[in-house]
Amino acid sequence: MKHVALLARLELSDEELDYFGGQLAQILEHIDKISAVDTSNVEPTAHAVEVTNVFREDETTPSLSQDEALSNAPKAESGGFVVPKIV
Amino acid sequence: MSAGGNGDSGYETIIGLEIHVELDTVSKMFCGCPTRFGEDPNTQVCPVCLGLPGALPVANWKAIEYTIKSGLALSCEIAEFTQFHRKNYFYPDMAKNYQISQYDLPICTGGHLDVETDDVSRRVGITRVHLEEDTGKLIHVGGEGRIAGADYSIVDFNRSGIPLMEIVTEPDIRSPEEARAFMAKLRSILLSLGVSDCSMEQGSMRCDANLSLRPAGDTELGVKTEVKNMNSFRALVRALAFEVERQTKVLQAGETVEQETRHFDAAKNITTSLRTKEYAHDYRYFPEPDLVPIKVERAIVADMAGKLPELPDARRMRFIESIGLGAHEAHLLSDTKPMGDFFEECVDGGADPKAAANWILGELSMHLNATGLEIEDCAVTPKHLTQLLKLLDEGTISGKIAKAVFEEMYETGKLPGVIVDEKGMTQISDSDEIGRVVDAVLAENPKAVEELKAGKDRAIGFLVGQVMRLTKGRANPQMVNDLIKERL
Repeated sequence: MKHVALLARLELSDEELDYFGGQLAQILEHIDKISAVDTSNVEPTAHAVEVTNVFREDETTPSLSQDEALSNAPKAESGGFVVPKIV
Repeated sequence: MSAGGNGDSGYETIIGLEIHVELDTVSKMFCGCPTRFGEDPNTQVCPVCLGLPGALPVANWKAIEYTIKSGLALSCEIAEFTQFHRKNYFYPDMAKNYQISQYDLPICTGGHLDVETDDVSRRVGITRVHLEEDTGKLIHVGGEGRIAGADYSIVDFNRSGIPLMEIVTEPDIRSPEEARAFMAKLRSILLSLGVSDCSMEQGSMRCDANLSLRPAGDTELGVKTEVKNMNSFRALVRALAFEVERQTKVLQAGETVEQETRHFDAAKNITTSLRTKEYAHDYRYFPEPDLVPIKVERAIVADMAGKLPELPDARRMRFIESIGLGAHEAHLLSDTKPMGDFFEECVDGGADPKAAANWILGELSMHLNATGLEIEDCAVTPKHLTQLLKLLDEGTISGKIAKAVFEEMYETGKLPGVIVDEKGMTQISDSDEIGRVVDAVLAENPKAVEELKAGKDRAIGFLVGQVMRLTKGRANPQMVNDLIKERL
């Protein structure tokens, strides 16, 4: 549970770990149930809709302006998004 | 040299490469933003490549086509059914916190590329070629611009979403030199296909390497390190050579190599451990629900295979077999597409192939190196060189004058015929005119004349040189020679 929280960058208290841990166990149990079904004669599904080959041509469309792109940024500098130090 | 190309250390070097190539499309992989390099930060972005909620990607067919073509050129199987997956991880250069990539159904699998070095020819297996999206660019502020020690970083998402083709090799490469040869050949193939500009300096072709050593004769692989940040062919060879030496020392000291990522420092020529917080890689790949799967029709693949341009190996063989070049010249001229195209245009224009090859690989290459230009960007075109060779062949100018004309046309871009006319550089082949100069030279140099008469053949060189000097190199040297002999 702690590993999953770390991967999702979630800081969870001990109570939350317990709470979500219980939920996760239920989900896994449910998946076990699904896994028990014999699917040897069923084609694997790659996607929820049965559509393939949706493409666009290699053509450009207008981009946002720099101001528009940065308008939601908590902090911007030199035309870029400022992010906290990485290491 | 041992089989592993690792000196006499008793260890064999094992290298696998992972190459990322930005494809040369005008728009991004999943949106219509342009892909131009060097624009102001965050001016080629939209809700899709900024990862804004609700924005939906649509795949660029051209990028898929380029990947299929690259796979075909590398003798890969092209998947009938392929799809994109989400690769989940957190890093600030990626707005969505996942990268759209491919997982168990890549577009191309199981190819190979034959690579020659001085020692050996080796078949390097291609594990897979898949398509993904590039990430944004980080600029680190403070700490001398390095990530370690920076106060904060700035993100530019212009590069985010540019189609990125990843090529993974089997661990079949046995020396740093072979790795370089592989990269050079791959680059020349991709340039021929026109799918990328493959500039390592601008980052449109990037390479990481997995390197391990094992006792010669062993079949099990040793512990590997991953080497990153090699931004040129030179850096690649140096970084890998350093890593071979470092791991050899570790093993010889009876210690074990640590599995880690190492960063190449081009200024110091060393690799250093990248001690970032090591989270186990757990990318939790799952099929990208925002993109539908792709069925690649066999007819389309066959059509693309039939339309592949001539690749460097085939061109080299043709230069040897049909045009009669030597193996070495053919290799140099077919190595890059622009050089080969230049040569062929000269030959098509009527130039003697061997003379054209000599001038391209000699004088022209020398000038290009000295001025740092690419063949397609310099003032000399195939038309220039073909005309120069014709003037030379017809005896209008001498070999020496030809070099002077070349110099001038390289600088000014004027056609050689124009230069020769303007400067009066035409070769003098009129025996009366040359005869007058010869007479004058003989009269002025009685000592050399005596020596020549006494059988000192060297003296004739001096006398010919004097005639050439007085005619500013324009006299036909053979006629000068003949006329001097005739006079004595």
